[in-house]
Parts: sequence; structure tokens; C-alpha cells
Amino acid sequence: MFDYIILIPLFSLIGFLLNGFLGKRLGKSFVSWVGPGSVGLSFTLALKLFLDLLALPADQRVIESITFPWIISGDLQVNIAFLLDPLSAVMMLIVCGVGFLIHVYSIGYMHDDPGYARYFSYLNLFEFSMLVLVLANNFLLMFLGWEGVGLCSYLLIGFWFEKKSAADAGKKAFIVNRIGDFGFLLGMILIFITFGSLNYLEVFETAPVLLDVGSGLAVAITLLLFTGAVGKSAQIPLYVWLPDAMEGPTPVSALIHAATMVTAGVYMVARCHVLYLLAPFSLSVVAVIGAITAFYSASIGLVQNDIKRVLAYSTISQLGYMFLACGVGAFAAGIFHLMTHAFFKALLFLGAGAVIHALAGEQDLRKMGGLKNHLPVTFVTFLIATLAISGVPLFSGFFSKDEILWKSFSQGNPFLWLIGIITAGLTAFYMFRLFFLTFYGQPRFDSHRTHPHEAPKSMTIPLIILALLSALGGYIGLPESLAGKNVFEKFLAPVFEAGTHLESAVHTYSHSTEYSLMLMSIAVAFIGIITAFRFYLKNPVAAEKIKTKFATTYRLLLNKYYMDELYDRIFVKPFLNLALYFWQFIDVQIVDGLANGSADFVAWCSKVFRKVQTGYIRNYALSLALGVVIILTYILTR
Amino acid sequence: MIPLSYYLILSGVLFSIGVVGVLISRNAIVIFMAIEVMLNAVSLTLVAFSQQTGSPAGQVFVFLVMTIAAAEAAVGLAIIIVIFRSKESVNVDEVNLMKW
Repeated sequence: MFDYIILIPLFSLIGFLLNGFLGKRLGKSFVSWVGPGSVGLSFTLALKLFLDLLALPADQRVIESITFPWIISGDLQVNIAFLLDPLSAVMMLIVCGVGFLIHVYSIGYMHDDPGYARYFSYLNLFEFSMLVLVLANNFLLMFLGWEGVGLCSYLLIGFWFEKKSAADAGKKAFIVNRIGDFGFLLGMILIFITFGSLNYLEVFETAPVLLDVGSGLAVAITLLLFTGAVGKSAQIPLYVWLPDAMEGPTPVSALIHAATMVTAGVYMVARCHVLYLLAPFSLSVVAVIGAITAFYSASIGLVQNDIKRVLAYSTISQLGYMFLACGVGAFAAGIFHLMTHAFFKALLFLGAGAVIHALAGEQDLRKMGGLKNHLPVTFVTFLIATLAISGVPLFSGFFSKDEILWKSFSQGNPFLWLIGIITAGLTAFYMFRLFFLTFYGQPRFDSHRTHPHEAPKSMTIPLIILALLSALGGYIGLPESLAGKNVFEKFLAPVFEAGTHLESAVHTYSHSTEYSLMLMSIAVAFIGIITAFRFYLKNPVAAEKIKTKFATTYRLLLNKYYMDELYDRIFVKPFLNLALYFWQFIDVQIVDGLANGSADFVAWCSKVFRKVQTGYIRNYALSLALGVVIILTYILTR
Repeated sequence: MIPLSYYLILSGVLFSIGVVGVLISRNAIVIFMAIEVMLNAVSLTLVAFSQQTGSPAGQVFVFLVMTIAAAEAAVGLAIIIVIFRSKESVNVDEVNLMKW
């Protein structure tokens, strides 16, 4: 009954092939049907599978569907096989659901683009790879999807490749991801050496037997895998590619660089939680990196002027939250935030896309303002998403973020919680700064030339659906302290069973502690919102004053801590110089020199020896006779 | 009965004369004749050995050599005539175009 899991990724693959090979010939309406249609089919099927899965008893919700053997080589046996359990089901629904909405949105957004068919074929290929990634039942197949989404990310960031900055950004994303993937690959090889298998279930079953808690091997495996996650999910120190990835079309930023692909790292860490729990050191590394990244990129987001870049830094920051959750052992909370984040961040990007669309490509916040009445649908949906990400109660982001903060306090460390809650305040501030600058105040665009207009239906309907999800999505994970049942965590519980012993290890806090922490995070969110309101709506002069007062800090933040320049100085330039040295000295001088040198030597020899060929017959005869004499003398006197 | 060594010495002397003739003369016809001398020196050896061993093979072989030599002389002289036609001379030192 679950044997058709393979169809879910297959639909998108067929969509990719149709759009890629026939799309240009068969025209736009064909592409508009096939592109979103294939993902829609996947989504319908995913929904059916999800319901089937729900119908099973909780402890039987692990289904492996082996389609066919892929690689059989000595001890290595890898199948094209899929694993459906609560975790992959949640990911599958997010990827298909949000993916479908963004495909529909793209019909409107990309309508006038000459590369329409190419765009949808890439998007379908991405959908295929991402589904393979989340549904795989072994590390190698996951790696196939992992590389596939990296490739699509590269192709779509550089979609407008005739623009140099876009082509460069694509390259940067690909190369930075490569570094992380290298770690992932090493981790995978280490897993195979240790366990003799790459299958999740086999590895996770034998892991507690083979590895001691805190053993060096466990730490090495998990840290190597985490390197991959750091690259893909844009954490410190490999986050630099994500802000530049905003060069791609906005729906791509929404789908790949906010809702799905960048969460692959979080999914992978959650999937390998058995291994991580065996390596407490790695877990603390995950938590600390997550917390630092969350704060760090939120602080950059405070002052950026490009609407998409603010959202990009916010994405990095939210991903940091998810890693923080995983790091303190609250994997379910991390996945919960992953889901709500997919809703509201996709909505924010799509809303930003609608704004950019309305202003004919303008992305600078300083040239927006006063769009509230021009774009009513975008305005309302954007407001909902902003409230959700800021952690205002009753919206989805509040529940998931608060769950993470609570878990990082109760299972982790008050210090981590402190970083988390400061970041929450910063998030509320920069998101409302973005919101006010875009929709309120005086229009700062040239109103004679630009006439903002609401986006077409294909764009607004996805916005509305995502807004509903952003507003209500949190209620499936309502914590017990708020009279909820936390259905979401219960659903995921069979997957994360192994993690529960960690919870019992730490002392429990009473509900009153939880309430007071909750109140504090609500207070922080409102402080952020009110500050943004004062600075950017009521008294814009104050913002300018602060800017001049803390000019150094402002410049530091505006230039993203000069991190790109630093990387350029430390890694890129020396590497380029090294490459130049290898090219101009090692290759041209030594390698080419050796080849050309031997050729020159042979040529020189022939130049000398060809003088023997005099053309005088008597010379030849003489040497012939001399040769005979010499040989005869030798033979006779021997 | 003349001992075998006499024949061999004679043929060795004849062969050496032929070699020297080839090496020092410039006239193609003289070279050609010197080659014939070398050829006949070899034939003499064959006949001498044939007589010594009593086997007729050597004698028969000499017949073949003479036949080949006749054919070779025809080809060789034809070449020399062609060279003479184009160069107005049979000096081999002037025929030195085949070189580097």
C-alpha cells in the first residue's frame, strides 16, 4: 500500500523532463500546467500517504519501500529505497505543499520572462531532488538529493546569468556548499567504515551498541555531518552564500533559500539524532553555532536596506534557532519551527516578490513606503507573516519559537536562552522596520513613473493560503502548558524516542517557570515592535540620530561585519594567487616545460644527426664497408 | 690439386679490389664494374667450396647469381643512362640531391 512512494519524486522528475525538453516548443500554457501540475500531483499523493500513515498505530509508522538495488559493490549495498516515517512525512508535506504554492505563484511572477520553460524545469528538478533528499532511506540516496538541490540552487541563483552579480552569486553558493558537502561525504564514508551499511535503520540500530557515548568516533562522524549541514543551512562560518543567493528570482528565494533547501541541514541533524545523542560534544557545538548564528545574522539584518537581504539574514537567523533546538536535544521543536518557518518565510518572500513586482523590480527599502493602499492583499498577508516571525502570541511563530526558547532553557543552558531571547527581540525589530518602511509612511518611489498595482490572482491566492497556514499552523504544536496537546510533538515522538532520555536527565521545571519565560518572550517581541514603530513610523529623525551617534557600529553592521571582505582576504585571494602560481609557474613552466623540453631535445638531436645523410653515395658505401670490417673484426677476434 | 686456400685468398683479393673500386671512384660506370668484380669474387668462393665438398649446389647457385647479375646490370645501366641524360655526367658526387 506504500509501494508507490517513489511516484512522489517521480512526478516532479517527469515534469522536469517534459518542461526541459519540450517546454520551449509547446509554449507557456503547457509549461504552466506541467510545472505546478506535477508538484500538485505529488502533493495529492503525499497527502494520501500521510493519511494512510496516520491510520497506522503510532509504533508501526516506519515504512521502508525498496524499489530496486542501485549500487552493489562488495560490502556496499545501496538501494533506491524510501523511508516514510513521521519525520519524513512532515518534510514531504512541507516540500510538496509549499513547493506547489510557490510553483503557482511563479506562473504570475515569471510570466514575462523569456526563460519561462527553463525556470519551471529547474524548479521541478529541485522539487524532485528535495523529495529524494527527505524520503531517502540511506545516506547515499540522501546525498544524491543533497547534491541535486545544490545544483538546482546554483542554476536558479544564476538564472539571470547574463547579469554578472547573479552568475557570481551562483558560483559562490556552489563553492561554499562544496566545502560543507566535502565534510558530509567524509562523514558518510566514516559511517560506512564503522557500520558497514548506509541504511538509516541499520545504522541507527547498531549505533548505540557499536559506539560509546562521547567516543571520538561518534564525535567525528557527527561533526563531519554537521559540516555538511552548516554549508547547506548557511550557518557560521559558511553562511556567506545565502545573502548573495538573493540574486535569483524571488519565488526561488522563497522556495529554495527560505522554506525548503536550507532546512535540509536541520532535517539531516534531526534524522541522525541517534548519532548526535551519542556525541554530547557535537550537540553542544550544534547548539552554540546555532545560537551564535541566530544572533549574529539578526544583528546584520537590523540595518540592511535591500528587502530581500533583510529576509535572507532573517532566514539564517531562524535556521540558527532550529539548530539551537536540535543542539539541546529538542529535535521535535526544531522540526516544528522548520515547518512554521517554511510557512511564514515563504509568505514573506512571496510578499516581498509582490512588492518588487508592483514597483517594477525595485528592492531598496529606502525607495518604497506607503504601499498599504496600493497592495491590500499583500499588505494583510505580509502583516500576518511579520507577526508570526516576530513571535506575537496566537500566531504560529510564537509557539514554535517559544518551544525552542523553553527547551533551550530547560534542557540546555540559560545563556543559550538569553541569546535566543535577545535575538527574538532583534527579529521583531527588524521585521517591523521592514514592514513599516515598505507599507507605511510617504511613498519614496517616483510616483509619476511607477504605478504600484496588486499582483494577479495566481500570486495572491498562494499568499492567502500561506497566510492562513502562518496564522494557524502553530496550533498543531500547542504546548501542554497552554492547555494544548502538542499533537505535533506526539506525532514525531516515535522517531525521536531515543532523545527522550535526555529530557529526563535534566531536572524538570514547573509550569510557572514556563509561563514567566513565555511572558518575557512576549514582552521582548513587543519591545522590538514598539521600538521599530517609534523609529521608523512616528519619529524617523530618531533613527537618523541613532545612525550618526553609533556611526561605527552602524557601518560595521551595514557592511556585514566586513565578513565577505575578510573571507576574500583570507581565503579567496590566497587561493586565487595559489591557483595563479600553479597555472603560470607549475603548469606553464614545469609541466608544459617538460613536454616542450623533451620535444625540443628530440628536435635538436635530429638536427645534429641528420648531417649524416650527406647525399654522397660513396660516403654511405664507406660507412657500410667500415661497419662490415668492424663487425667481422669483432667476430673473428673474439 | 690446388688447395682451397688459394681460391679463397684470390677471391678475397678480388673482393677487396672491388670494394676499394666502389669507394674511390667517382664514375658511376667504374663503380658498377667494381660491384661486378665483388660479385664474381663471391661466385668464385661458391665454386671453390662446391668443388671441395663435391656438392653441385654451389655451382647451381653461381648460375643463379650470374642470371641475377645480368638483370641487375640491365637495370643499373638504365639508371645510369637516365642520370646521364639529365646531368650530362656520370659523376656520382653530383648526384647528391637526396639529403637533409
